[in-house]
Amino acid sequence: MALTGIFLISFLLVHVGLNACIFADLNWLNPADNGEMFNKAAHFMGSTIVTRLLELVLFAGFLLHIIQGYAIEAKNRSRRGQGYKVSMGSRGSTWMSRSMAILGTLIFLYLVMHIAQFWVPSRITKDLQEVTYNGVEMHNLYLRMYEVFQQPVVVLLYLVGVAALAFHLLHGFHSAFRSMGVHNKKYLSLLKGLGYGFTVIVCLLFALMPIAMYLQWVSPNS
Amino acid sequence: MEHYTMNLTLKVWRQSEKNSDGRFETYEVKDISSEMSFLEMFDVLNEQLVIEGKDPIAFDHDCREGICGMCSMYINGRPHGPWHATTTCQLHMRAFKDGDTVVVEPWRAKGFPVIKDLVTDRSAFDRIIQSGGFISVNTGNAVDGNSLPIEKEKADASFAAAACIGCGACVAACKNASASLFLSAKVAHLALLPQGQPERKNRVLSMVAQMDKEGFGSCTFTGACEAVCPKEIAITNISRMHKDYLAAGLSNER
Repeated sequence: MALTGIFLISFLLVHVGLNACIFADLNWLNPADNGEMFNKAAHFMGSTIVTRLLELVLFAGFLLHIIQGYAIEAKNRSRRGQGYKVSMGSRGSTWMSRSMAILGTLIFLYLVMHIAQFWVPSRITKDLQEVTYNGVEMHNLYLRMYEVFQQPVVVLLYLVGVAALAFHLLHGFHSAFRSMGVHNKKYLSLLKGLGYGFTVIVCLLFALMPIAMYLQWVSPNS
Repeated sequence: MEHYTMNLTLKVWRQSEKNSDGRFETYEVKDISSEMSFLEMFDVLNEQLVIEGKDPIAFDHDCREGICGMCSMYINGRPHGPWHATTTCQLHMRAFKDGDTVVVEPWRAKGFPVIKDLVTDRSAFDRIIQSGGFISVNTGNAVDGNSLPIEKEKADASFAAAACIGCGACVAACKNASASLFLSAKVAHLALLPQGQPERKNRVLSMVAQMDKEGFGSCTFTGACEAVCPKEIAITNISRMHKDYLAAGLSNER
């Protein structure tokens, strides 16, 4: 659980870094970019054997994390037997630490939608509009992103997904290291701080993507 | 502190035997002194029940000074009641106000089946200790001080872990009914000392295996156990146990 969790955290870093390339097209910054930086980066991820193999490892990582998560949750839920009349609530533990399975389920549902909107048309059906840079033809994923994020419902669902991810990470980040045996109090506070910082930065960037495109801060040149 | 008396409404879990259905019964107690302990208040209630010809409430208790680990009541949604680092027997009635309703439940966990009313069978903890929480050497007579050098920090950490009284509040509080805090204290207090080294790997492997067999859940680091532990056993012990478990699993000879 901890190992796959940390692996997925490292994936988030790559994903957010790559997607942040759309901000090169911020209207007040460099409107001439027109998604070129992002499209090139996305094309690189889909066009080399190493990144395609890593994609398989990533799917395996997700699958393992989800299956393990549900298996552990099912086992742990069965260990109380009869429940309490008065719940302990948040006296001693945070809401997110007790809700990792629910948050994970929200992220999973979000992931299904996300894969259907971007990964499937780009890798399977290949029915995206093409764009050519320096003679290399590639999918215009930037345009796809813009189109998807023009629907307010989708933007809202993405924000819910990112919020679920944020709460999942706030507990998951340090908990993963503790599960693997980090018990030095100084390092634990460092990891907690790092986890909070990572969560805020990564999730804020992810949340800004649909917002920026919906509010036309980032938009293709017409 | 000012003395006062109070009238309380108690909702207590009653269950006649292990396999019978239980239910909450409501009792009224009057003129309870704020200087009484929680268990003394239960003694008053039980005397009242005996006089009325009813079955008194069964509850575990022994030393009544917070060191035996027998008392085990889940009071108003918290093991050992509202006070921090306190066992039920150390909880005093000044924690409550006149007119309060107090709900008292037994520990709830598959590993701790209810025997009667508020009494649970916690022999699972004994079996976990029997599976490895010891050192198999003749310790002989007391040796001279400092004949076996131990770092001060390690001695302190070991002593802090050894303070665990095995009451089971950690299990009662944990959403997974995990016994990890108890187990990690028992593993840590030996793992930190030189005498505990020869059996360190087998100890952690067999004790964790026994915990799973007894039907306790696993740790997800919510921190509820640490918050309710009457002896303030640190949750960092669980990470230390995980580290030992991982190392033992990878390098054990067996």
